[in-house]
Amino acid sequence: MALLEIQNVSRRFGDFTAVDQVSIAIEAGEFFTLLGPSGCGKTTLLRMIAGFDLPDDGRILLNGEDLADRPPEQRPVRTVFQSYALFPHMSVEGNIAFPLQMAKTPAAEVPAKVQAALEDVRLIGFGKRYPHELSGGQKQRVAIGRALVTHPAVLLLDEPLAALDAKLREEMQIELINLQKEVGITFVYVTHDQTEALALSHRIAVMNKGRVEQLDQPAKIYSFPTSRFVADFIGKCNLLEGPVTASGNGVVTIDAEGLGPVRVASSAAVTGGKSGAIALRPEKIRVATSTSAVGATIAEPDRRPEAKPDGRSDTESNNHFRGTVTDHLYLGDVTVYIVSTPQGCKLETLLANSGAGRTKFFEVGDAVEMSWSVDAGHFIS
Amino acid sequence: MPGTSSHSAMTSRSSERFGKWLVSAPPLVYLLFFFAIPSLIMVLASFRTPGEFGGLSPLVEDGRLDLNLDSYVRFFTESVYAQIFVKSVWYALLTTLFCLLLAYPLAALIARSPKKYRDLLLLLVILPFWSNFLIRIYAWMIILGPNAAMARAVNGVLSWFGHEPVALLFSSFAVLVCLVYVHLPFMVLPLYANLEKHDQALLDAAQDLGANGWQRFRRITFPLSLPGVYAGAALVFIPALGIFAIPDILGGPEDSLIGNIIKQQFLETRDWPFGSVLSIVLTVAALVLAGLAAWVGRSQLGTRSSGALSRA
Ligand SMILES: Nc1ncnc2c1ncn2[C@@H]1O[C@H](COP(=O)(O)OP(=O)(O)OP(=O)(O)O)[C@@H](O)[C@H]1O
Ligand SMILES: [Mg+2]
Repeated sequence: MALLEIQNVSRRFGDFTAVDQVSIAIEAGEFFTLLGPSGCGKTTLLRMIAGFDLPDDGRILLNGEDLADRPPEQRPVRTVFQSYALFPHMSVEGNIAFPLQMAKTPAAEVPAKVQAALEDVRLIGFGKRYPHELSGGQKQRVAIGRALVTHPAVLLLDEPLAALDAKLREEMQIELINLQKEVGITFVYVTHDQTEALALSHRIAVMNKGRVEQLDQPAKIYSFPTSRFVADFIGKCNLLEGPVTASGNGVVTIDAEGLGPVRVASSAAVTGGKSGAIALRPEKIRVATSTSAVGATIAEPDRRPEAKPDGRSDTESNNHFRGTVTDHLYLGDVTVYIVSTPQGCKLETLLANSGAGRTKFFEVGDAVEMSWSVDAGHFIS
Repeated sequence: MPGTSSHSAMTSRSSERFGKWLVSAPPLVYLLFFFAIPSLIMVLASFRTPGEFGGLSPLVEDGRLDLNLDSYVRFFTESVYAQIFVKSVWYALLTTLFCLLLAYPLAALIARSPKKYRDLLLLLVILPFWSNFLIRIYAWMIILGPNAAMARAVNGVLSWFGHEPVALLFSSFAVLVCLVYVHLPFMVLPLYANLEKHDQALLDAAQDLGANGWQRFRRITFPLSLPGVYAGAALVFIPALGIFAIPDILGGPEDSLIGNIIKQQFLETRDWPFGSVLSIVLTVAALVLAGLAAWVGRSQLGTRSSGALSRA
């Protein structure tokens, strides 16, 4: 049995459905993330778990017990608020001791537990300070320490790192992963930052308009998005759309708009004529100059395709297309090249800038050859 | 050249300072003429001798300064004045306490009501200021009068228990009721200004961390509202300490407060030096009490937070 079960939960504000029939089962010790764009209902769902809001439909179970009749103060669930919500009139120790005092912990045991929590969040020596004497990152740690000190069953974190700068955010992400491992408490983490979600989570629920679009491990969500929304929301992705022309033997072919027939490995049984899409990550596309001139830049020379004059080639296992570089974007470690096909389809491709300080493989206007294997993309019906 | 830049910085700073003086000069002059100088005159008067027909006798008599401590000696030797003084402090304290008890829930209610109603509710709180102070006190004469519904109801209940009828008017009860009534807005406004700023997230956090309603009030709302409580208490306590109109109009003969005695010294007995002594003692007492309250409050706030661990 899962530790926290959200069963068919809906929450409506007037005509507007903020959370729509959401069902999620979260296991003990899991780092679970709710990921979605602004306004998709993440906070609303979190507030219902914490008890600040009640579902209109559905149930929330913790250890098999329905939480409906329990006010927030009686749920073994703690929240780390985005604004930290530290008590300004209490020192760091006072803040961390607060939930212990509320839980009627014997006074003699409080100092040791506070010290242990300070150690967990690496704030030894800061106990006597007041919130206004702390940096953003330190406040964040106090908020987490305060929420963890009573060892709740579940810790809810609502965009806890949103207010921190990029460098500190990365540091805190690593610390959060370690902390979660150390204390073994179930984390339910809310973010709209997909890289953060991918980096931290055991599993992710991608939410859109109050619904869960996909629920899976980060690698699965990234490689095998099941909907156009997920493919688009998680990382950069080319969406090749068009009607299905053939399917069978684990391969689906669609007549992609502006491109032509594209083959993709998929066990889905789809009837011809139905429209579908292929999600193709930029880094899965190999790019090479289309001429065989000496010294030509070739990303992966061993797989150089044979091109046909009409813009496509028919090597059995791969998709091949010709195009022209229309834009490039230098991002430091990688460079993004936008390649347009003669029929007007724009594909985003990506090359790593590792080799011997080489930073640019193609110029705008270069004719290039793109190829990707059948299993590089992911079919979305 | 470093000299030039620091020089110009200095001149701009001094012109800035000059600007500040220019802006604060009128209120300073006002305070000098209408507060500092009169206070000094009063201090001086407290050491002088009352004139034969009231007022003050000449400052210089037979070629020597006529300054003495007679009036101070009188205040500290005739215990009746100390008693009235203590009684005044007691009434002012009671007034402050009742105002606090009534104003806190009211201010909290206004602070938590929807934004669009708040201004209206605040307006209702200060509405009494729109009519004359004395008229409002006289109105209480009618409300508390022997033939008014209130006195009848009270005495009806009392006679049920076989008790003699009592007079509500011209009693310490009437004085206290009116003192609380008059000063209530001065407590509500600073409390509201404070409570309105409270962050709901703090209460949510406290609740999330296991605090029930009472604990949230005791550990979060109330400590954070203390600056408002102190401001309101000062605004109520200090004027309540010196008031004379309310005991004059609504009190009985036993209800004379220090304000009445001071008024009496200046207008009826015409003993200005003694009146000045009473005024000075009143001012000093108010300052000492306010300072004491601030000090107690601050040190309590300090221990409340840093001592949270030991007090668990
Ligand atoms: N109390 C409320 N009354 C009316 N509408 C609400 C209320 N609370 C939330 N909503 C609406 O519900 C939707 C979901 O809100 P929610 O705060 O859960 O979004 P979110 O996913 O947390 O977004 P963000 O990433 O911006 O924090 C929003 O469109 C919001 O306007
Ligand atoms: Mg939110």
